[in-house]
Amino acid sequence: MKKTGQKRLRTRWRKQDTELTLLALPTTVWYILFCFLPMFGIIIAFKNFKITGGFLSNVFNSSWSGFKNFEFLFKSNDAWIIIRNTLGYNLLFIILNIVIPVTLALMIGHLHNRRAGKVYQTMMFLPYFLSWVVISAVIWAFLSFDKGIANQMLIQMGSEPVNWYMEPKYWPFFLVFMNIWKGLGYGMVVYLATITGIDSTYYEAAVIDGASIWQQTKYITLPMMKLVIVMMFILAVGRIFYTDFGLFFQVPRDSNSLFNVTTTIDVLVYKQLKTATVGMASAAAFVQSVMGCLTILLANWIVRRIDPDSAMM
Amino acid sequence: MASRAEGMTGLEKFNRIGKGMNVLFHLIFILIALVCVVPLLVVLSISLSSEESIRQTGYHMIPTMLSTESYSFVIQQGTMILRALGVSVLVTVVGTVLGVLLTTSMGYVLSQSNYKLKGLLTWVVFIPMVFNGGLVSSYYINSNLLGLKDTVWALILPLAVSSFNVIICKTFFKSTIPDGLIESAEIDGASQFRIFFSIILPISLPVLATIGLFLCFAYWNDWFQSMLYINNQDLYSLQALLNNLMSNVDALAKNASSMGVSYSMLVATMPKETARMAVAILIVLPVAFAYPFFQKYFISGLTVGAIKG
Repeated sequence: MKKTGQKRLRTRWRKQDTELTLLALPTTVWYILFCFLPMFGIIIAFKNFKITGGFLSNVFNSSWSGFKNFEFLFKSNDAWIIIRNTLGYNLLFIILNIVIPVTLALMIGHLHNRRAGKVYQTMMFLPYFLSWVVISAVIWAFLSFDKGIANQMLIQMGSEPVNWYMEPKYWPFFLVFMNIWKGLGYGMVVYLATITGIDSTYYEAAVIDGASIWQQTKYITLPMMKLVIVMMFILAVGRIFYTDFGLFFQVPRDSNSLFNVTTTIDVLVYKQLKTATVGMASAAAFVQSVMGCLTILLANWIVRRIDPDSAMM
Repeated sequence: MASRAEGMTGLEKFNRIGKGMNVLFHLIFILIALVCVVPLLVVLSISLSSEESIRQTGYHMIPTMLSTESYSFVIQQGTMILRALGVSVLVTVVGTVLGVLLTTSMGYVLSQSNYKLKGLLTWVVFIPMVFNGGLVSSYYINSNLLGLKDTVWALILPLAVSSFNVIICKTFFKSTIPDGLIESAEIDGASQFRIFFSIILPISLPVLATIGLFLCFAYWNDWFQSMLYINNQDLYSLQALLNNLMSNVDALAKNASSMGVSYSMLVATMPKETARMAVAILIVLPVAFAYPFFQKYFISGLTVGAIKG
């Protein structure tokens, strides 16, 4: 009886449905304006887009260019550099942003003094809350050529000062370091939450069986963390065509000498947008969106084959 | 020792690490923690140095000559800083309130399993997580079609909703609000608006705090929207102002309320290097003081996000 009654209710449009629709309406409108309209705006990538009058008249009046914008993009020297930088840095970030926070989360759980652990954690979380503009100012204090602390130290040690913002060879290290520095606290929180959630009876049993700390970590803690690690991994892989614009644009202060080591897809798209070479920028943004979509679906598909419970969709 | 062991997690209680190992771990963490905090202290120390000492010997970890001239300069040149502070506060407050409303209402609607359009709206929220129009078309839609360029809404609207937050809300409502509560309110004749605003929101403080904090920090720290959409200096937020100062230290003087001095004189006498760092400190100070208190909300928010919805 109850089941059929429920079924009938579900097929009819109720007053509640109208009210819920109205309640969801503002957010739905937001999604249409700020997420779905831009999806149709992708059409720019296939047009000779001119920025003169209103947006709609521009889109309708500019002529179709087919894949000209893409051809132009992929034939330029920049294409290889930005793809190499985007994928290369992201691969390094994915590995290091799992290995380092997991290791530190495992270590901090072992400290004898819990209050100290909390203090360390709070201090390590601080950079996560700073904007890249502020961080860029902080880095400037260290790396500026004539006044920076790094050069003061070099001079005191009797070395020549280095013009840091002109020397590409140091920047891969700086960027990787900055990325880890900013995200460390966040990563630790995520992994530490999993570790504290593990049932202590597992360890009790292991200790009775004579397991060492290393064995406990290897056979209990790490396997229990697998799910979260895999989740973080998929999220990161799904964003492999995107980079933190602030890190690659603000921190190197948009220095032209560093172009080869600091320009990623996002940075190039922004720069071209601002210099009004819209065609290539929109083509690059389009490639980024499509590849990003494919990688997130692929990563999810792979994970579902390995471990169905970890998949997002 | 026994009493301390009670609050410990499984890892700590059994098989603790040796004394030497413990000291080593502490040293490693102290080093990392210092690397995370000291750079900001350096900025603070620069902002408190005298401009003269920096001109002569450059930035230092510890100020050689203490001075508050940068702060008094920044306060004297009030209009621009105060305006930027006002924009930052306005954007943060309005954005957070609007964002929380938009996010929680959608989360609530999606958590109602009987709702007819649930499937459709789930796709509306889900698709943008996987695919987006990209920066170029977003930029043109926002600035030309929606006319947000050089308005304060360009700083607020595009950041208001994120699908991730909506899903956190949906998961929260689904797992903590008993169906019976909503049903009984429906039987009593309450509309869904009434149920949402007078029953659901008041008992959902943890998730409101989480989403609100995420949004609050996102708005306070945002500089990218300003860089994209704002040309009018009057609409600069603190972040945009600092961004501008980093490339052009004289920007402050241009807008300064001239106190009987000419622009060129002001540029010559202003504490350029330290004023920059003073603005940076103005931005960081509220964050640095606030976040340790809210850390537990963040942690619960991050953990909720890690659980599947």
